[in-house]
Amino acid sequence: MFKYLKQLTSLVAMVAVLFTFTTESMAAKKSKTLKNTQKKGFVRCGVSQGLPGFSNADAAGNWTGIDVDVCRAVAAAVLGDANKVKFTPLSAKERFTALTSGEIDILSRNTTWTLSRDADIGLTFVGVNFYDGQGFMVRKSSGITSTSQFKDGISACTNIGTTTELNMRDFFNSKGIKYEPVAFEKADEVVAAYDAGRCDTYTTDKSGLAAQRTKMSNPDEHIVLPETVSKEPLGPVVRQGDSVWEDIVRWSLNTMIEAEEYGITSANADMMKTSDNPAIKRLVGAEGELGAAFGLDNDWSLRIIKQVGNYGESYKRNIADTGILPDRGPNELWTKGGILYVPPAR
Amino acid sequence: MNFKLKDIVPQLITVTAVVLVFGFFTYNAQINMENRGIDFGYGFLSQESSFDVQFSLIEYDGSHSYFRAYLVGLLNTILVSVIGIIIATILGVIVGVARLSPNYLINKFAAFYVEFFRNIPLLLQIFFWYFAALRALPLPQDAEAIFGVFYLTIKGLYVPAFIWQNFSVFFYSIVAAIIAIIVIRIHAKKVQENQGKQIPVFLISIGLIFILPLLSFLIGGVGISFEVPVLKQLATTSFIYEGGVSLPPELIALTLSLSLYTATFIAECVRAGIQGVGKGQKEAAASIGLTPNQVLKLVIMPQALRIIIPPTTNQYLNLTKNSSLAAAIAYPDLVLVFAGTALMQTGKAIEIVSITMFTYLTLSISISLLMNWYNKKIAIQEK
Repeated sequence: MFKYLKQLTSLVAMVAVLFTFTTESMAAKKSKTLKNTQKKGFVRCGVSQGLPGFSNADAAGNWTGIDVDVCRAVAAAVLGDANKVKFTPLSAKERFTALTSGEIDILSRNTTWTLSRDADIGLTFVGVNFYDGQGFMVRKSSGITSTSQFKDGISACTNIGTTTELNMRDFFNSKGIKYEPVAFEKADEVVAAYDAGRCDTYTTDKSGLAAQRTKMSNPDEHIVLPETVSKEPLGPVVRQGDSVWEDIVRWSLNTMIEAEEYGITSANADMMKTSDNPAIKRLVGAEGELGAAFGLDNDWSLRIIKQVGNYGESYKRNIADTGILPDRGPNELWTKGGILYVPPAR
Repeated sequence: MNFKLKDIVPQLITVTAVVLVFGFFTYNAQINMENRGIDFGYGFLSQESSFDVQFSLIEYDGSHSYFRAYLVGLLNTILVSVIGIIIATILGVIVGVARLSPNYLINKFAAFYVEFFRNIPLLLQIFFWYFAALRALPLPQDAEAIFGVFYLTIKGLYVPAFIWQNFSVFFYSIVAAIIAIIVIRIHAKKVQENQGKQIPVFLISIGLIFILPLLSFLIGGVGISFEVPVLKQLATTSFIYEGGVSLPPELIALTLSLSLYTATFIAECVRAGIQGVGKGQKEAAASIGLTPNQVLKLVIMPQALRIIIPPTTNQYLNLTKNSSLAAAIAYPDLVLVFAGTALMQTGKAIEIVSITMFTYLTLSISISLLMNWYNKKIAIQEK
């Protein structure tokens, strides 16, 4: 009698253990960040304090830009509505602390992917949504047309807390030029000081230079020099340690890029469900069970394309049509001579 | 010793509560940092900083360590605080006395200055002096020379540099003058106590501090020459001055705004101090035959200072802490260099913020101790 009881208990215990394991792994799939986001009903997204084309708020407080669109894509995938995003404007200095302390869940703020940032400070970079490089802006009247004309004593305005500060040192050191770095906390102050004539040159990512140029009192008086002095792959960042959330953000961005590759736009996405191409059908949720891997429904990618559009649409709307960088340069698809290349969604 | 339970228990409870709260936050921070994969440690201080700083009192570039960058920021903070405190004190005393002037114009002008500058937020004043006033300054190539050698431009103030010959002789002559003055003061005090005679110490001191260094020029072989800034062209429309010493506009704007702002509060302290001395004191001093100068020096000021010093200490502390607003206009102080760039490059938020807080605490406490010592010295000595 006792013998059976003992066996029964161990059986119950085993079943119980097995059961906990299964529920546990289901819960793990529904990551903590994902759960919190769905409970709150909005995606918490860290953006810049105003960089036209990337993340910029209009007078009514509506955010636009390609960095903003990454967060909107995640909101469309996770919550079903691209507008359910709470944007937090952050300075370069605050951005990583805001993410690691859990104040925001995605940092999509023209942030350069580097080894030390990825490895050191509790962050994970999920991809690249803009390939950039550092450049220099000067006044046209100075007659400078190339960085080779820089001379000892040149003063350079920039932001603190960016890779720009480090690249600037590398660049001037390698050329053996003595320079005066003037580093401000906010981009608006850099622009104001450079515009006033405090500095001979203004250095930051070339996309940033192009965008900030539009804010100058007379944009035509300034030119961006042709040289690019560094690699600046910009992309969204998440906290280390939530791999499901990391995957969701990564594949939301990849979906936008791959949609452009297959010619799926916000306008024709619904019609693509009946396409003959299985890759397209997978991307609009008509085939396969891709969403289940993240704990999402199967229409997650369709919602991204319909509500936010593909990468090309986002680029055109935010960067090309606003006159910031009409030429896509390296940010063209790999099929069209650029370097945008993402792993397949399958 | 006579401990009473009712005296001890509340104190014990308070201490326990403080320790528990502090422990709770430390524990929480540890858990959170572990969860997020953030390492804690001060090892980064010896790593290469790899960023440059615009303006430094010690030799520094990106190949030095983060600790060196910290020192650069700290010295820049101390520099702007010390200059600010000196200017604010001089200006504050002048304006404070001017507010008591019977002259209507001087009096009202001082009152207007105080009310205007103390009622505008400091950050706005800093922005005004940096961005608005800076724009009004000429470009280097358009700048007019002041006295033929100074140039005030949008890129900073350029002044001639001194080039010394036999500087040590000059230095020793000043040290000798200071020692002589101290000796004479002690002697004069003795003479006054023993014989009631007064020696004109002030005039002798002034004479010494000028004559001894002058002698060092005439017979000590000390020489001085100036290196005057010279305009240099960088590109068609881009110029700078080379040679001499350049003061960045960030330093000038920050010192100016901090001094003008804090001087208003010091002026009010000075006014309160002088008005706080009873009218009877002045009349009594005059009635025993003291000259007006002696009345001010021996009777009014010693009493007024007792009222002026404690609130003025607060203003010195405020000025030092307010200097952290430097970050807004690119003056490389402790907050911009260390709690800004270094924090960003290393990601060591807790470590760097704690060091920075501790540094400001130490700075403030040092000023406090110094001023308390001075306050004690001038306080009423009961004999």
